[in-house]
Amino acid sequence: MHPAPSVILFTTFSGLGFGLLVFLGLGLPAVTGTVAFVFYAIAYALAVGGLLASTFHLGRPERAWRALTQWKTSWLSREGVCAVAALIVMALYAFGAVFLDSHWTLLGWTGAGLSLATVFTTSMIYTQLKAIPRWNMELTPAVFLSFSLAGGALLAGAEDLAPWLLAIAGAVQLAYWAKGDRALETSGTNLGTATGLGGRGAVRAFEPPHTGSNYLLREFVHVVGRKHAQKLRIIAFVLGFALPLLLILTPVQGFAVKHLLAALAVLSHLAGVAVSRWLFFAQAEHVVGLYYGKR
Amino acid sequence: MTELPAKTDRKMGLVIDLDTCVGCHACVISCKGWNTENYGAPLSDQEPYGGDPSGTFLNRVHSYEVQPEHGHAQLIHFPKSCLHCEDAPCVTVCPTGASYKRVEDGIVLVNEDHCIGCGLCAWSCPYGARELDLAEGVMKKCTLCVDRIYNENLPEIDRTPSCVRTCPAGARHFGDLGDPDSDVSKLVAERGGMDLMPEMGTKPVNKYLPPRPKDRIEDQIDILAPLLAPVAEEPQGFLAWLDKALDKLPGQSSGGAN
Repeated sequence: MHPAPSVILFTTFSGLGFGLLVFLGLGLPAVTGTVAFVFYAIAYALAVGGLLASTFHLGRPERAWRALTQWKTSWLSREGVCAVAALIVMALYAFGAVFLDSHWTLLGWTGAGLSLATVFTTSMIYTQLKAIPRWNMELTPAVFLSFSLAGGALLAGAEDLAPWLLAIAGAVQLAYWAKGDRALETSGTNLGTATGLGGRGAVRAFEPPHTGSNYLLREFVHVVGRKHAQKLRIIAFVLGFALPLLLILTPVQGFAVKHLLAALAVLSHLAGVAVSRWLFFAQAEHVVGLYYGKR
Repeated sequence: MTELPAKTDRKMGLVIDLDTCVGCHACVISCKGWNTENYGAPLSDQEPYGGDPSGTFLNRVHSYEVQPEHGHAQLIHFPKSCLHCEDAPCVTVCPTGASYKRVEDGIVLVNEDHCIGCGLCAWSCPYGARELDLAEGVMKKCTLCVDRIYNENLPEIDRTPSCVRTCPAGARHFGDLGDPDSDVSKLVAERGGMDLMPEMGTKPVNKYLPPRPKDRIEDQIDILAPLLAPVAEEPQGFLAWLDKALDKLPGQSSGGAN
């Protein structure tokens, strides 16, 4: 799949933003006043910034509001509905925390639930696609949810939970890569089933339909950079999980140093998740590539 | 709503004969021509006369080589367009309701006024039947020439999809695949029509007729050959004398046992 920067930025930033909103909604930390304002500003900048970035890949962004209408069948529509609902509910909760010095617990929990649901619906947009076996796995929602919660805990400064959630997210990432590498083979789809000619012998793409490129090849058959996949996986794993874990577990004295290390952990995690998300797209093989003798 | 209809009154679709298709791409061109001028936004080209031309097509013809375990390889031309699936994933993923399957004839269409060009329907299609038009920013796909097949302004013979009307080899057939007594259904039953990627669970309406087995090339391919065999292996008479005389000349003779 073509790794569109808009979609990588969207899933990375909004995943982190909604992860932070989950923790803020649960009252971890139960901040008020100016501190709360800063926390919510960061969460909203990430979540809303990500959502806006996602509209850049639309052919007709001015009609984006229509995407809220088909929640009965479409995961993309459900994501839009959940995101809007989460942002409205958490805005009310944030108003109470910032200006009225009060935590409306029920509203906070609802907002946290909706924020987590937003991340889940995002993951289901990819998981539902049978045409992309590497995404059509139970581990795909696990990747999105565990990354979001680990990043949220890191940003929220949840010292007790963050190391565990980072470790879980790292483990899910490794499992996703291991299983994903076999997904196309185990899906049973190949050029033989794609053409229906597999029973007659070995099928080979002899001549493509055109001499140039087309939308399908540009969008679905992205092979550039796959040769660096193993190196990028190491970079993603180290930056995303190992280094942040090391940084927050390092025993240090002093408020400033501790916050500096925490900030570095967040930035490292963000960079790691972005690399992992790039691989998520670049390594995903769409079965339409088979028709072109590619994968 | 982008819910799929539980049942469609008819299942209009194509039957493509892989035995007959000669790979001339006439269907590709006639499709592009008709659909650029009629239903919905035109099918744009990018850099059509430049160094890297590309464009939107609703129908493309691939060519495959099939090598059986024994015997000769076979070249098969393979036209591919929307299969108007019964369980079309492209319809249910649409967030705006722009993508829909018609109850009356099962045709899968895009309401281009509602399409936001997110591309998710193209992602969900295993067959690569949908292409986002770069000029218009909306999704394009085969309409089964919905503006021809019911068009009373056209002579009756033209009320079939443009690709079917054009095919010079008669490799494309159009009809109701939901009616077991229709010509296309009979053709599918007779020739063992098949689905593409049945494991995807899309239940395509369009069917492909497999190529017939090729004639086997025996050791003896021409029954007249024995009658045309040379009657004398060794030259006789004047030719025998000439042969010997030439052999005696200095220099090397090329070829031949003598």
